Amino acid sequence: MSATDTPFERAGDPYRVGRSRDWVSTGAGRGHVYATGHGEGGPASKRVIVGYGFWIFLLSDIVMFSAFFAAHAVLQTATAGGPSGRELFNLWSIVAQTAFLLVSSFTCGLSAVATEARNQLWTQVALLVTGLFGLGFLVLEGRDFAGMVMQGAGPDRSAFLSSLFAVVGLHGLHVSAGLLWLGTMMAQIFVKGFRADILRRLVCFNLFWHALDIIWVALFTVVYLIGLGR
Amino acid sequence: MFGKLTWDAIPWNQPIPLVAGAVVVLAVFAVVIWVVLKGYLPYLWREWITSVDHKRIGVMYTLLGVIMLLRGFIDAIMMRSQQAIAFRAAGYLPPEHYDQIFSAHGTIMIFFAAMPIVIGLMNFVVPLQLGVRDVAFPTLNSTSFWLTATGALLVNLSLVIGEFARTGWLVYPPLSELPYSPGVGVDYYLWALLISGVGTLMTGINFVTTILKIRAPGMSYLRMTIFCWTALAANLLIVAAFPILTATLGMLALDRYLGFHFFTNDAGGNMMMFINLIWAWGHPEVYILVLPAFGIFSEVISTFSGKPLFNYRSMVAATMFICLVSYMVWLHHFFTMGAGADVNAFFGISTSIIAVGTGVKVYNWLFTMYGGRIRFTTPMLWSLGFLVTFTIGGMTGVLLAVPPADFLLHNSLFLVAHFHNVIIAGVVFAAFAGITYWFPKAFGFKLDEGWGKAAFWLSLLGFYVVFMPLYVAGLLGMTRRLQHYDVAAWRPWVLVAGIGIVIMMAAAACQVIQFVVSVRRRNELRDATGDPWDGRSLEWATTSPPPPFNFAVLPNVQGAEPYWGIKQRAIETQQLSPEPKYEPIEMPRNSPTGFITAFFCTMTGFALIWHIWWMVALGLLAAYAVFVWFAWRDAVEYSIPAEEVARYDRERRRAREQWLAQHGGQPA
Repeated sequence: MSATDTPFERAGDPYRVGRSRDWVSTGAGRGHVYATGHGEGGPASKRVIVGYGFWIFLLSDIVMFSAFFAAHAVLQTATAGGPSGRELFNLWSIVAQTAFLLVSSFTCGLSAVATEARNQLWTQVALLVTGLFGLGFLVLEGRDFAGMVMQGAGPDRSAFLSSLFAVVGLHGLHVSAGLLWLGTMMAQIFVKGFRADILRRLVCFNLFWHALDIIWVALFTVVYLIGLGR
Repeated sequence: MFGKLTWDAIPWNQPIPLVAGAVVVLAVFAVVIWVVLKGYLPYLWREWITSVDHKRIGVMYTLLGVIMLLRGFIDAIMMRSQQAIAFRAAGYLPPEHYDQIFSAHGTIMIFFAAMPIVIGLMNFVVPLQLGVRDVAFPTLNSTSFWLTATGALLVNLSLVIGEFARTGWLVYPPLSELPYSPGVGVDYYLWALLISGVGTLMTGINFVTTILKIRAPGMSYLRMTIFCWTALAANLLIVAAFPILTATLGMLALDRYLGFHFFTNDAGGNMMMFINLIWAWGHPEVYILVLPAFGIFSEVISTFSGKPLFNYRSMVAATMFICLVSYMVWLHHFFTMGAGADVNAFFGISTSIIAVGTGVKVYNWLFTMYGGRIRFTTPMLWSLGFLVTFTIGGMTGVLLAVPPADFLLHNSLFLVAHFHNVIIAGVVFAAFAGITYWFPKAFGFKLDEGWGKAAFWLSLLGFYVVFMPLYVAGLLGMTRRLQHYDVAAWRPWVLVAGIGIVIMMAAAACQVIQFVVSVRRRNELRDATGDPWDGRSLEWATTSPPPPFNFAVLPNVQGAEPYWGIKQRAIETQQLSPEPKYEPIEMPRNSPTGFITAFFCTMTGFALIWHIWWMVALGLLAAYAVFVWFAWRDAVEYSIPAEEVARYDRERRRAREQWLAQHGGQPA
């Protein structure tokens, strides 16, 4: 499972876009025939396997979210005489949450740049800032939730509120788990340095954090923007 | 301190579960004491419980599935016998107990018998057929298995502590909501399935990654076996469907634990949303089970017909077609919802169309046998029994796909007979075909053919005697899940089905005897070459049982049916290919992570069921600690030196050369 195998060296970078046609030599299939993890290239490298597996996990996670989104779409108008989104949502708090999350994604990206340069200090700083923004997001979201529960608009008030608390709460739960993971990663980088397996985990963490952003964009649109119009 | 858990949770006044539970507890204790006294505990811990070897995990999965199959079968016996005597009478099972039994039967058979056997066979076979050393994530694989075992344990725990759900195997609300099911039964169901569902999802991720990213050099997609293709399709379905199950059961748990209103009668809840969501998982689940079964039959039929599979490419296309269309038929489980004629027509047509893909497969199997030299071994008999029986089940399925007909047959015994017809003939027959077929690869000796064939013929006969009458009873209007009834016209059919279950019991006894006899005769049944069936795919290229690293050198695949090619070349040239250069092999270290995680998940699940909140917190904390501890490890792999690899492979080559000297003249 080494990164370079002989056909790879023989023919340059098999992953390069637009190269696939050069590879139809044996008639045994098209595409990156000789690249590891493709066609006839043999097993992929560990880096590719881990990243690929994590992508599949993220897709499955998005399927789970989509079930909660579907439930919310069905129940969005089922307010059972209780308050609707228009009466409950505090747009400025949601804008702040969005900003916090997007900035944290940006700093997460910066941490990846620092990791690429193998810079321990800046990686740690960028991850810490990412975590703080994530924490800020959770605080704001928790404040909104608490406020709603205070005014008698908790998840047990109506099906609309049930699905709202569930889908937004699930995202919040993911952010919380992400924070735990982030703290663990920071400790690991500190103790063990940029080992190959730590680097693979950092790639996965980056993917996870950005995926949470994508889900938030959907949440912002489906739950809050559409909800405000109801 | 212990939430809702008191001494009253043990059913002191119900002799049947109490005695059954006591027997099981005693048996488990006896086994544990025997293992400890014999000094097998360190061996078990080192070689099995903490093993991350896909072959060991596959064997444990299959064993769990077989044990749960017996457990679910006992439920079936109780239901059939209850209905046989409960004509204008109360029978021997009170309604609240009978309701638990049919719920447990479905839950156990689908989640803890069929799934573990199918996943176990995939675990054992797929990496071998792909010509590689392990799956993508070995420790995750072990964790998947132990989480499945956690689910099975929780469901069986409900037999003696508390109760199981009385709602049917899919816990339809509003019956499963707190006002109507205040006990812990539904909670057992929810947490058992939520925990084992995570395990299954991780299996799906693991196998999709393995099949798409880790194959031997030269193993392009269209050189993979059909079993690998069907495993790929099934695992894609797992990745896309099991999150829906998790979400749906999560919503029901929120309803029950925190007063949410997803599916309640009041406050705007929508119970039909549950039915839609659960079947959006449930129908793909059918194909998660049956696609690998089709793969097993493809391997078996091709091997024992001595021919390559007929029209391989159409088989691949049909598999992926079914994989896709299985997402577009879920509504046929509840045509009676009242979605309207257009919607019902769409789902009726899509349901009929999915039968086309299966039809393609049936013809391919028939044409594979046509002109072949068929050997009627036990796996082949199971496959033939499948072809005939499954086709009947498919046809009754197409009948049910017609919405007007379904309005009459919905929830009748006709439906029950239909899905048993496809699941028993499809999945259970495949499980036995697969177990018999790959048993010598796993353990180094074949299963006894005589008892195997007896088990097959009795199963086949028993199946028809149980379920054909149930079709008739269903047409006569008998609904499912009846604890007692007073329609005289149904009585004879129910009695015949009761006789059928006795035949099935004899079949089950033959299976057990088959294992015992085979173990005792293992020296006569020994497989010396690693290729007991004259096989065609790569799992037969290695020894039986295979070494931890599977192949001394990764095979270089040069065409479809790679091992058949290797074998024919050896026969033509009268010698094996030249000895390769051996190199040290890196293998993943064993890890108790999976077992410890499952231990704390069991604890957390049990605590959640009984509302023991401090234990929930403790379990979650411990789970996080295990995660960090596992992440902190430094030595991930160990190295097998080249000399050891060479020693193993030279021995294998000696056995092959011996075989070649004996059989070289004619192609075996």
